[in-house]
Amino acid sequence: MLLFWKVWGALETGLAQGAMIALVALGYTMVYGILKLINFAHSEVFMMGAYAGLFLIGALGGETAPIVAGIAGTFGAMLLAGALGVVVERIAYAPLRARGGKSANARITPLVTALGMSVLLQNLAQLLFTAQYRGYPRLIPIQHTRQIIFVTAVLVMLALQFLVHRTWTGKAMRALSMNMEAARLMGVRTSRIIALTFITGSMLAAVGAVLYCLDQSQVYPTMGVTIGTRAFVAAVIGGIGSIPGAMLGGVLIGIIGELTKLTPYSGLQDVLVFTVLIGVLLVKPTGLLGKAGIEKV
Amino acid sequence: MVAASLGMAVLGCGKGSAASAGPSGPAAANTAPEWRVGAYLSLSGEDAAFGIFTKDGIELAVDEVNKAGGVKGKPLKVLYEDDKSNPQEATNKVLQLIDRDKVVALLGEVTSSRSKAGGIVANRKHVPMITPSATNPDVTKVGPFVFRVCFTDDVQAQATAAFLVDKLGKKRVAVLYATDDLYSSGLAEGLRQELKKRGGEVVAEKGFLKKETNFTTYLTELKDAKPDIIYAPIYYNQMTLIARQGKAAGIKGDMFAGGDGWDADELVNDAGDELEGAYFTNFYAPDVPWARAKDFRVKYNDRFHHDPSSNAAMGYDAAKLLADAIGRAKDDSPDAIRQAIQDTKGFEGATGSITMDADRNADKPVIVVQIKGKKFTYFSTVHDKAGAAGAAGATSTTLPAAVSPAPPGK
Repeated sequence: MLLFWKVWGALETGLAQGAMIALVALGYTMVYGILKLINFAHSEVFMMGAYAGLFLIGALGGETAPIVAGIAGTFGAMLLAGALGVVVERIAYAPLRARGGKSANARITPLVTALGMSVLLQNLAQLLFTAQYRGYPRLIPIQHTRQIIFVTAVLVMLALQFLVHRTWTGKAMRALSMNMEAARLMGVRTSRIIALTFITGSMLAAVGAVLYCLDQSQVYPTMGVTIGTRAFVAAVIGGIGSIPGAMLGGVLIGIIGELTKLTPYSGLQDVLVFTVLIGVLLVKPTGLLGKAGIEKV
Repeated sequence: MVAASLGMAVLGCGKGSAASAGPSGPAAANTAPEWRVGAYLSLSGEDAAFGIFTKDGIELAVDEVNKAGGVKGKPLKVLYEDDKSNPQEATNKVLQLIDRDKVVALLGEVTSSRSKAGGIVANRKHVPMITPSATNPDVTKVGPFVFRVCFTDDVQAQATAAFLVDKLGKKRVAVLYATDDLYSSGLAEGLRQELKKRGGEVVAEKGFLKKETNFTTYLTELKDAKPDIIYAPIYYNQMTLIARQGKAAGIKGDMFAGGDGWDADELVNDAGDELEGAYFTNFYAPDVPWARAKDFRVKYNDRFHHDPSSNAAMGYDAAKLLADAIGRAKDDSPDAIRQAIQDTKGFEGATGSITMDADRNADKPVIVVQIKGKKFTYFSTVHDKAGAAGAAGATSTTLPAAVSPAPPGK
């Protein structure tokens, strides 16, 4: 009976943790779905989102009006992160796409650029905000953050589902991910849709970042790395490019991680997570919900 | 800051050449008009707070020494390198300081993992190194050129066990530590052994990874084991998170105990309320009742306008001890300086009386600090051998950790 409650508690925490990871994983998967690009700078957009949230919530009078400051701060952080996402895309990826064309390393070049962007943003944060660890103001008692995280994450994902499947923009995004050339020929303004994809992904990351910091983390320039790796793995396990896949992968990773903590092998959490990744990929190379597409040459 | 210390160096130099016979030492490598000392510290990255405070302490000590005319008529000049809290970088910086800058001695690093990495290089190159605050026992085992001015984790764990069991009467201890960190796992292991000897027991134990941020499951597991106290020997960043999440899980502040890694203002700023009443072992507290410590606190406050952290005090002592040793050395060679550091006995620092033992570890007091009203306050001295005897001729390495009573008024 005691064991049951222990597992129940771990599942609860794991679900919240996973929902948060999923929010970040969505950013990776959406960009990959459209551009076939692994946007390594995404974890840094997450980190910048956390900083934006920290400063905005502080400026809006964090502890005196926690709810207003929390909500307004989150929206502000989303806007700033969205803007940063687009800036990264326009500065680093768009010119490469325009010039890369069909050359052999059309995939490798943006990938390396993404890595470079990630390092650049990390160091920029260190320069601007110093390496100091900063704590968020305590807006809500931590006892309740898990529920809030879970509810927020589910709402945000429902909104995303609506955006992708019920709006014209979503239709355009899906069209782009199927075939960019064809979508362009059908009159979709590809560059605008790509920008919108980056904005959406970055906004989701900012929501994740604010929730993450309210619940458990401090803010510092390298904070994106840990959660970024987890989220990327989640996206791959779920099937990179698939939106429900990212959600499933995130939740799986969260739950596996928490359950390991109950065992004496809690130091081996990552070993387990990556074993699952390898296992899934061996059985289903496209990830749990990924579809094998036909490679265009 | 650079300009100021340069000015100081010139001033010290002028004084020195007037006073001494001139720098015609036997070692050809040391014809420089100053004592070049390399300091490699984590000035950025995850342990930046430690590195920056250590640097402040070193600067204070160096300016003091140079104002008083330097060492053997030459000023000290410390070259700082930032290792970005990364062991590989620490190795590189030590190599640079030795090969490019030709330093006579090294100060650093603040943490054990990086001190060990740097120490291996320093030892191979035969340049004496003093780490201010790396407490893992392995650090000075790399060779005869690596010293520390702090106690080791073995001593710290003994002191902790003595304090928890004998003083507080808390025998059921839960341990929470980072498995992938030398310092944290070393202290956990030390406590495990010491507790057994003193009739205590580890009732629950949880290891986590250094990058972990979600401790809820760990904390409820530990709480379910109904311990008297939870020992969490980890660095302040994660302790902040543990304290906050611990409160949510219904664990009070005085249920926690830790080690010197807790010492950073961030901890009390971000989780002072959650940790009210918690204890940790340390080198120093601003209100520790030692003469030199009081003196140091005043000087530090004059310059930096806040109370010194333990790292600042350790940096200060490391630099002061090094200057003292250079002064005592037979000649200017690294070997002579090494021998002088080895021969240190009863050096009075801000963190107590320091005697270098045969294993190049400092024999010095361990104090217990309590968090009270968001401040680090001195609670008691747990392990104090050199200080109690007064004269510091202690050569035996057996460690009877004596529990001295708390000062009145606590």
